[in-house]
Amino acid sequence: MARPIPGRSPRGRAAEAAARSTRGWAGWLFVLPALAFYVVFVLRPIALTAQYSLYEWDGIGPSTWVGLANYGRVFTDPELFDSLVNAVKLIVFFSAIPVVLGLAIAATIRRIAASRLALVARTVIFLPQVIPLVAAGIAWSWLLSSTGVVNQFLTLLGLGRVTRAWLGDFATALPAVGMIGAWVLLGLCTLLLLAGMSKIDVALYEAARLDGAGAWREFVSITVPSLRQEIAVCVTVTVIAALASFDIIYISTQGGPGNATMVPGLQIYYLAFSERQIGMASALAMVLMLLVIACALPIQWFTKDGNR
Amino acid sequence: MITARREAWIGRLLLVAMMAVTILPFLSLFVTALHPSGTYPPGLAWPGDPQWGNFLRAFEAANMGALLQSSVLIVLGVVPISIVLGTMAGFAIGHLRVIGGRVVFLVFVLGLTLPFEGIITPLYYQIRDMGLLNTRLAIILPLIGLFMPFSVFWMRAHFVNMPQELSESARIDGANVWQLFRRIHVPLAMPAISSLGILLFLWTWNQFLLAIVLVDDATKRTMSGALGAFQGQWGTDIPLLCAGSLLILTPTLAIFLIFQRRFVAALLQGSLKG
Repeated sequence: MARPIPGRSPRGRAAEAAARSTRGWAGWLFVLPALAFYVVFVLRPIALTAQYSLYEWDGIGPSTWVGLANYGRVFTDPELFDSLVNAVKLIVFFSAIPVVLGLAIAATIRRIAASRLALVARTVIFLPQVIPLVAAGIAWSWLLSSTGVVNQFLTLLGLGRVTRAWLGDFATALPAVGMIGAWVLLGLCTLLLLAGMSKIDVALYEAARLDGAGAWREFVSITVPSLRQEIAVCVTVTVIAALASFDIIYISTQGGPGNATMVPGLQIYYLAFSERQIGMASALAMVLMLLVIACALPIQWFTKDGNR
Repeated sequence: MITARREAWIGRLLLVAMMAVTILPFLSLFVTALHPSGTYPPGLAWPGDPQWGNFLRAFEAANMGALLQSSVLIVLGVVPISIVLGTMAGFAIGHLRVIGGRVVFLVFVLGLTLPFEGIITPLYYQIRDMGLLNTRLAIILPLIGLFMPFSVFWMRAHFVNMPQELSESARIDGANVWQLFRRIHVPLAMPAISSLGILLFLWTWNQFLLAIVLVDDATKRTMSGALGAFQGQWGTDIPLLCAGSLLILTPTLAIFLIFQRRFVAALLQGSLKG
């Protein structure tokens, strides 16, 4: 972008020469400290994860080369593979619910966006994003417990029969954990989408109204297409949150009952630090990292060409 | 007109419902925290005899004074260094456009979506070999590295939009690169830097995984990690656990409420860019 323009004044040329020498090496002095931290505490561990994943090692004694056998087990051992499946299932709750519900809510409140209520809501809805996920986990474990508020409400509505310990039941534990994630992420998505909506040209809506379009038609033909970028961002952020979930599940279910809510992040933690199967933990870690990149990259590309 | 008014009412109703669902967990924590310690109170019921002393007991049981101090120390270790290093690198890549800058930038971007669980195992052995296990540095140093992709990405996005003419005229006046950076570009970058600071503060304060893996002593952890330990210790005493949880999330809430506009803007921008 900043190409030297020929035929400048000598002083300008001197400045450019200085600039060029900066590009040569002095500028690197600015990059090196950041790069050093990144290399030592991120890139090196990634390389080590790749290396560990090819060995069988208990973390103390000698290690044995096993090639790709650990990866084979990740995909064949039901206990390990199920954790990946659970993570993918969590996407429904962490991504689909916040994005779809967020769109609906944002579209509905767009009209009253300037009111005092909406301003207060902006703050309140954001609270789950600010508190530690651990606190969210503790609060919701309590809400979803057998005597918790959720069951209280259900009983009040005459649905006493369906009450249960939601996080302790094999059938409901994963959806229950998913709802905690949806609670955390809904506010962020709603506000992101609202911010995007405020950028849409009002004239578009007026034109649609004149053409006799209803609210639904407006939503489908104007709002959603205009929000492509924001929706892509919401999906990226929430999908990564689902695949890499750890804090909420560690606190609320620890992967149980059985392995009903086991996710890769937690499985890695158990494998590495309780079962001392460093090789297996690392193979699962590699799969998780690749899965996240495989999900994040296409969504990012999709956004880029759509909006620029 | 009538449809518009009806839509507005539905909008208000939805908003109120959503706020209620958002606040419900906090409310439940609060009400439960007031029940007598050691009891197993029903979901949402105001206690006959509110035990305000529970908060004091939780404060002492959780060793809140030490926890606050520890979290502050960790934040002070992570945030300033990350900001300085990220700003410098972002400046060199985005504005000076060093040779090979694009490649380095791509390498940083690859780390943007990295799940921390992916590298926690080797990180444990690395920190152990450095002799740092169970110290605050075990959290501080890796977090600086882990935050580098976002910090560099964020600051580059700012510097890439700064006009080159600005630097050219400064250079003509005889400024060297460091002066150019320190005197001209850093002051202009303050809004981007302060948003970055808010995000890094929040992510550090709430960091859980590194804290539970690398530091055993709860009083040397982040707030979030300490809450994990507190749950393990007092998990059966529900009112005390609720009181402790509330205490532990108060500092972030307070800071959020004070700086809320900046906070919301930073978080929204942060996810848009990340």
